[in-house]
Amino acid sequence: MFIFSVIFYFFAFIIVASSIMVISSRDPIHSVLYLILSFVTSAILFVTLGAEFLAMILIVVYVGAVAVLFLFVVMMLDINFVKIKEGFLSYLPIALLISACLVTELIIIFISKNKLLPEIVNYSDLPDFSSKSNTKDIGNVLYTDYFYLFQISGLILLVAMIGSIVLTLRTRPGVKKQNIAEQVFVSTKSRIIKKKVPLRKGIK
Amino acid sequence: MPYINSIMFLPELILTIGTLFILTVSTFLKNISFKFSFNASILLLVFSLYSVTFDIDTNLFNYDNFFDNGAFIDFIKILILFGTLVFFLFSEEYFYDLNLDKFEIPILILFSVLGMMIMISCNNLISMYLGIELQSLSLYILASINKKSIKSTEAGLKYFILGALSSGILLYGCSLIYGFTGALNFQEIELKLSVLPQLDLGLIFGLVFIIVSLAFKVSAVPFHMWTPDVYEGSPTPITAFFAIVTKIVAVGLLIRFLILPFGQFVDDWSQIIIFLSISSMILGALAAMTQNNINRLLAYSSIGHIGYMLIGLATGAETGIRGIIIYLCIYLFMNAAVFTILLSIKINGKYIENIKSFAGLSKKYPIISFIISIMMFSMAGIPPFAGFFSKFYIFISALESKLVFLAIIGVLSSVVAAFYYIRIVKIIYFDDGLDNFEVILNFRRKLIIFISTIFIAFFIIAPSYIIDTAQELSKTIF
Repeated sequence: MFIFSVIFYFFAFIIVASSIMVISSRDPIHSVLYLILSFVTSAILFVTLGAEFLAMILIVVYVGAVAVLFLFVVMMLDINFVKIKEGFLSYLPIALLISACLVTELIIIFISKNKLLPEIVNYSDLPDFSSKSNTKDIGNVLYTDYFYLFQISGLILLVAMIGSIVLTLRTRPGVKKQNIAEQVFVSTKSRIIKKKVPLRKGIK
Repeated sequence: MPYINSIMFLPELILTIGTLFILTVSTFLKNISFKFSFNASILLLVFSLYSVTFDIDTNLFNYDNFFDNGAFIDFIKILILFGTLVFFLFSEEYFYDLNLDKFEIPILILFSVLGMMIMISCNNLISMYLGIELQSLSLYILASINKKSIKSTEAGLKYFILGALSSGILLYGCSLIYGFTGALNFQEIELKLSVLPQLDLGLIFGLVFIIVSLAFKVSAVPFHMWTPDVYEGSPTPITAFFAIVTKIVAVGLLIRFLILPFGQFVDDWSQIIIFLSISSMILGALAAMTQNNINRLLAYSSIGHIGYMLIGLATGAETGIRGIIIYLCIYLFMNAAVFTILLSIKINGKYIENIKSFAGLSKKYPIISFIISIMMFSMAGIPPFAGFFSKFYIFISALESKLVFLAIIGVLSSVVAAFYYIRIVKIIYFDDGLDNFEVILNFRRKLIIFISTIFIAFFIIAPSYIIDTAQELSKTIF
């Protein structure tokens, strides 16, 4: 069990440190790379808990899709990040004060666990994964017991899709678009016009 | 059993399938897509409003207790659907005027209504979170739907960033409650808590976090910063939707969340609610005085109204909840009338933004001016009108629960707030202004104004129906 806690604290330290680097490094590309580091390390923590499916999903979705998208945005858009970060120092004291308050309050909670109150939660160790894989476990409940929540999540994603289209789609005038259906239905009659040319007059 | 399960959320089911159908069809319609989706949405809302009423009234829990059902929930659903119907009836011309006739607007409204119905019927911390997200994600988009106006974009962005922050706080609170009780289900949390003589510090912390996040949704005072900016920036019908419908559902959820799992620890949370209530009432009364923009004024007025409703919640008693239910009904009708009139008056082809432009309205349109004054007197809580009764029942509950100082502050701040409501009446009747008003009232708008005015002005004649209903509903929560 000792080696387990050593591994946990090691990776937990890396997560916290890289998260701090995400918000403090000057170069936005470095920030994104630190973000990827913290995702990967969180995935490792999931593996040590025996939740390998969650770990893989974290890497596939967050590192594979989200972080790469961030990298694209950072590289494609010419945003002056130094200007955005202006005023950071003036907000720093009050931000530090508030976060210090929150941290002390949280520490107080976990230190002053009231021993007089009856214990209502069974804090167990790891769940038993020996009989079947946790991928199968998640699949079993996701589409049965958690069906309701699964469907709501689907609707949320649909709304996000509609929203991004509504807010960004612009029809610009003067842009030539290929209309394949129109091209397919072209016949000789619509393209070739027979005209009788009067003598010495021509046609316009 | 599956049959029962699906009939229990029939309104949600009808709304989901109908919305997806409208979305699919209107993608293929070119020029009439907005007209189609708008009118189909009205039809759909009427259908689901009808289906709420024949909902089986039992307390079975469905889909692994993610979902609850009952008289109070049905009542809030009816209010939501009714408020949305009102929105659809008065807003169509506005969207045409501003070239905002996108068929996505009705669809996003319907999705947010669906989210609200999930929110109010939730019985589990996860479904609560997902309902809130579905509702607010649609609202962020609607707030910034007018891409041509910088203020609208700003409103959407502000709402989005602060909303994301409040979601984070909500999730943190949920995780603390889950960590200290080991349960996500409302009944299960209540059961686990019933053995505790007092709340653990961690549980109090989680409770405070969730209250903070819900206070953000109802825009109670320390968490109200976004309200005036978002109300000002968004297109006016969307503002009306924020003011009327989202407030109702957030108050309903706050009641359910606090009374159901944490009902036995009223003393722990009522002090937070008392603080929120006092500060909302005072700020709602004072800050609105200096506002000249009508939307900002209505934002502060809604903050004040929330303060009064929270008095009823702070009592944690049946009479308090009865007061809130009466208040919500009357609030819906008052705001419906005010926003409908606001959207019907134009000056030189532009919608009114500054309250000083109301000057001289009474000479050309005496009836409309008279109705505005009725609504303003009602909002201020002046006796013959319904607004007086909403405050009256709230203050009675405060006195019964020995929260005398809350009632006193409430009365004092409503006296102060009466200043800015009556100032509008004064501008309409006594100030000299231009004579180029144009009031466009079609049948739909006339209907809303007529019904609300009848309700507000003649509530005094037969108040017992609403009060008795509220009495019965408040019993079902406890």
